[in-house]
Amino acid sequence: MPENTRKPRIVIVNTRAANVHSVEKALRKVGADPLVTGDPADLASADAAVLPGVGASDSVMRALNTMDLAEPVKEFAASGKPLLCVCVGLQVLFDGSEEGELPGLGLVKGNVRLIPTGMKDEQGTSMKVPHMGWNNVVFTGNESQRHPVFAGIPQGSHFYFVHSYRCVPDKESDVAATTKYGVNICAAVARGNVVGTQFHPEKSGDVGLKIYENFLELASASLNETNE
Amino acid sequence: MLTRRVIPCLDVDAGRVVKGVSFVDIRDAGDPAELAAFYNAEGADELVFLDITASSDARDTMIDVVEKVSSEVFIPLTVGGGIRSVDDMRRMLEAGADKVAVNSAAVASPKLIEDCAREFGSQCVVLAMDVKRVEHPVISEIEGYGSVPAEALWQIYTHGGRRPTALDAVKWARLATENGAGELLVTSMDADGQKTGYDNELLSVISGSVTVPVIASGGAGALGHFYDALVVGRSDAVLAASVFHFGELRVAEVKSYLAERGIPVREV
Repeated sequence: MPENTRKPRIVIVNTRAANVHSVEKALRKVGADPLVTGDPADLASADAAVLPGVGASDSVMRALNTMDLAEPVKEFAASGKPLLCVCVGLQVLFDGSEEGELPGLGLVKGNVRLIPTGMKDEQGTSMKVPHMGWNNVVFTGNESQRHPVFAGIPQGSHFYFVHSYRCVPDKESDVAATTKYGVNICAAVARGNVVGTQFHPEKSGDVGLKIYENFLELASASLNETNE
Repeated sequence: MLTRRVIPCLDVDAGRVVKGVSFVDIRDAGDPAELAAFYNAEGADELVFLDITASSDARDTMIDVVEKVSSEVFIPLTVGGGIRSVDDMRRMLEAGADKVAVNSAAVASPKLIEDCAREFGSQCVVLAMDVKRVEHPVISEIEGYGSVPAEALWQIYTHGGRRPTALDAVKWARLATENGAGELLVTSMDADGQKTGYDNELLSVISGSVTVPVIASGGAGALGHFYDALVVGRSDAVLAASVFHFGELRVAEVKSYLAERGIPVREV
């Protein structure tokens, strides 16, 4: 394997969402040198990419459509290089969302639905929507079956969530982790090189930074493959 | 299970952390980034920074503070104080804030909440409310606001608690969330600085009136106060400043106290 003189090129797709800068800071913290960009050419030449998003799914899809980024993101996903999607960045991978009118990227079969409102917890208190705060995440399968981006994270660790809609993949096998908020909520999706988290790793303290650290390793591996 | 959050609040004046007791008598202590790192290590679930800088030319200092803190500490940050426009909010979000709290400017123009929510999503928009029990005899006429409704138990104050308005706190909470506020930071001015406990009646009424999370603020002085605000006050999160800031209570201590009593908290 050749020794690299450069850091992997990690592109943060500028969906103009409010968490773009937090993702950038988290990646810098773990030693990456990411580029925030809306240029399809930058994405095409990247070793790995992050698709951040908060707010409404339509606003993220509209940003991707107006910057002509929807197709390049799909091509990037098909290239086999690591793609990490966060929160609404994950939701737009699906076919569509109850929240908006624009179709999603259709990379994961399934839909995004409103978290049921009016549910009560064990104490009989009404459960608020959005689901906001730290909740524990259970990864599916055993440690050896886990996607490498989630390696070394204790089962049941708390991650920070802020969302009103939940992803419902058609195929159970696309669910990489779940959390419980009245109903089971898909907390992460993993499908080969494409990974998404409903929670915000960039806001989840040390366990969250561990995901970016793992992602940087995957990006380095991807760079090495390109060099070979 | 979703945990209840424990949130230290840091008042920042021209880049330095201070804390007022009942909104006056402010003492100086500490560097924001250092304190943020300390609280993060202690297990704080989130941090709130309130900019109490009076002069607008010192406002950029707060952007530097947010920039620095968010590069070092990776838990949610809420920033408030002096936010008057969508652009003010954008600057804070770009500097690294996750949520921005609006207060006086939203009272003056409730449309600000709607505009900010449309631009950035409700999850970014926190309504900070300074609330006081209506005193009797009621101030019948407040300049520019009309009169406090007869049925109101609590009224809204603005400008750091200096200016009364005729707004019924419960109605304001409802209106603001309908307009897109994603969370409420409810400070009882009666309880603030007294260290005799949160105003749980106020918190419970507001929490029961809205569908978004409520952060309790004002009055924490003992471990039991946090428990009561969550259970009696039905709050989703508890915020405190001086008890943490002067080391009278530790965040970790509050969390283990809550955990021992069956409240789900994030262990660190």
